[in-house]
Amino acid sequence: MNRIQQKLQENKKLLSIYFTAGYPNLNDTVSIIQNLEKSGVDMIEIGLPFSDPLADGPTIQASSTEALKNGMTTEILFNQLKDIRKTVDIPLIIMGYFNPMLQFGVEAFCKKCHELGIDGLIIPDLPVDVYKDDYQKTFEKYGLINVFLITPQTSNERIEFIDSISNGFIYMVSSSSVTGSQSGFGDNQNHYFERISNMDLKNPQIVGFGINNNATFNQATQYAKGAIIGSAFIKFLTNHSVGEINKFITSIR
Amino acid sequence: MSYNVNEKGYYGEFGGAYIPEMLYPNVEELRQNYLKIMAESSFKEEFDQLLKDYVGRPSPLYLAKRLSEKYNTNIYLKREDLNHTGAHKINNTIGQILVAKRLGKHRIIAETGAGQHGVATATVCALMGLECIVYMGEIDIARQAPNVARMKMLGAKVVPALSGSRTLKDATNEAIRDWINHPVDTHYIIGSAIGPHPYPDMVTRFQSVISEEIKWQLKEQLGRENPDYVVACIGGGSNAAGTYYHFLHEEAVQIIAVEAAGLGIDSGESAATSVLGKEGIIHGCKTLLMQTKDGQITEPYSISAGLDYPGVGPMHAHLSKTGRAEFMSITDADAMKAGLELCQLEGIIPAIETAHALAIFEYKKFKKDDLVVVSLSGRGDKDLNTYIDYFKL
Repeated sequence: MNRIQQKLQENKKLLSIYFTAGYPNLNDTVSIIQNLEKSGVDMIEIGLPFSDPLADGPTIQASSTEALKNGMTTEILFNQLKDIRKTVDIPLIIMGYFNPMLQFGVEAFCKKCHELGIDGLIIPDLPVDVYKDDYQKTFEKYGLINVFLITPQTSNERIEFIDSISNGFIYMVSSSSVTGSQSGFGDNQNHYFERISNMDLKNPQIVGFGINNNATFNQATQYAKGAIIGSAFIKFLTNHSVGEINKFITSIR
Repeated sequence: MSYNVNEKGYYGEFGGAYIPEMLYPNVEELRQNYLKIMAESSFKEEFDQLLKDYVGRPSPLYLAKRLSEKYNTNIYLKREDLNHTGAHKINNTIGQILVAKRLGKHRIIAETGAGQHGVATATVCALMGLECIVYMGEIDIARQAPNVARMKMLGAKVVPALSGSRTLKDATNEAIRDWINHPVDTHYIIGSAIGPHPYPDMVTRFQSVISEEIKWQLKEQLGRENPDYVVACIGGGSNAAGTYYHFLHEEAVQIIAVEAAGLGIDSGESAATSVLGKEGIIHGCKTLLMQTKDGQITEPYSISAGLDYPGVGPMHAHLSKTGRAEFMSITDADAMKAGLELCQLEGIIPAIETAHALAIFEYKKFKKDDLVVVSLSGRGDKDLNTYIDYFKL
């Protein structure tokens, strides 16, 4: 069983953290991951920076630009992660846009992830149907879980389709927005969380976009299995050292 | 071989819709409806009427006698520069605003580089009384002040794109983000034959009026429907797509696409995507684009803001790969010279984009009896400052 699947079986609400690899410094990747695990985070999304991150708001875009300026590349990230499984046990997911993976070679990318002990991928601009027709076999061959997004606008029919080809969790985007643009959840979100929860999907859902503190974490996980924090954590890293990560995590739960 | 889009949204291996799930409902709504809407007789009637009475179509097909004499061939100019707002861009914005209205959208967004598409969008929004927001790179706002003022006069809100390189590519990113944030009430009018399916096909169909007219105008003037060559400049490729459309499957017609070489193909300051680009994903479609080995999209360069785009429409990537079109690239210097030459031989000041297409006559020899149609995609008023600086006028 994949580490993600194991983690999802634990009887607790999961906290997942996103960070952009190469930010604030090129070589922070490993120590950020280690500190996150030590602070009790359940799962980590390692962001592979891209020049044109369409689904992201200003915070993650700026951190990506900075990471690229620092010299981050796919090759360098893979090198940084070569011994990661000697010290880190929690599930690791790489989140990135499709073009850098396409240029690396999708099969080569998946193979490398498998060798390094990466458990899954989130690729916002790889459409579900293209994945199913062209890449699902390759992902499965290397034991990688591909995570798909749904939004408040996604039809029930499409959610059921996405559920049918997922084998980990569904990334539930909290609102119709790019990352980092919400402050707090309203009735719309609660109705949406409840609606999805009542669909009885086979894959648990983890909520992302708009989670930035204890209150939003609790609200999101009232119905869902867990929540993902990205922009708020990047902002924290902008003003704090990697050694202080524990402070941020304990403020969330 | 087909050069049209297939039912999955691909031209050969290029095209598709590589979009985040957040955009899926918007794009899917458009995909399911655009052909239906365009086939409605009330739509066609309104579209044709506006092109005629508001845009001023048909645009003339003009035999450029002195230019023809100089290059010892027969050069016809398709005068898109005479359209309302000064370029071919308005053909597409008229079409898309009518689609948007039929989809019940009341908020319009657009991206713009030089400001031509922004002006064309602001124009149709004023015409229809719809809210208009135009994203424009901060750097482009500074260098295209007259077009920014035009958009404002037309009632549009111009929002600076502050991210990345702060030019057209980033303005497009910001427009896409806006659409993600406003999935229900907003239509995104993309200005070029680029973006996720169905945009390249929809934009091409709206621009295809260019080649439709060329056909009957040639028939009327010369008794033949097909030229030997059609020539157009290419950034994203909307004027080119419209100029080629009705000739794509006419084998006797040779297609020439002219890209901007900037300071030269090997100078590191270029926008010649067919030469320097590699297959990848940009702004929602698979196509040729300029990128690093690592898949990061790079910043192109051309003196002409309208050709200064790191990708090319998926139809054109297909035309390049299959060899259906001949791709040429023209430097800043050659384009500027050709622009000035058209002024002095024909009394027409072309846009610098268009001047790239005119510059090929120095490099490609045509036969005396060849019939060459060049898309004169836009007028040069917007480029006056660039011309003034370049020629120290």
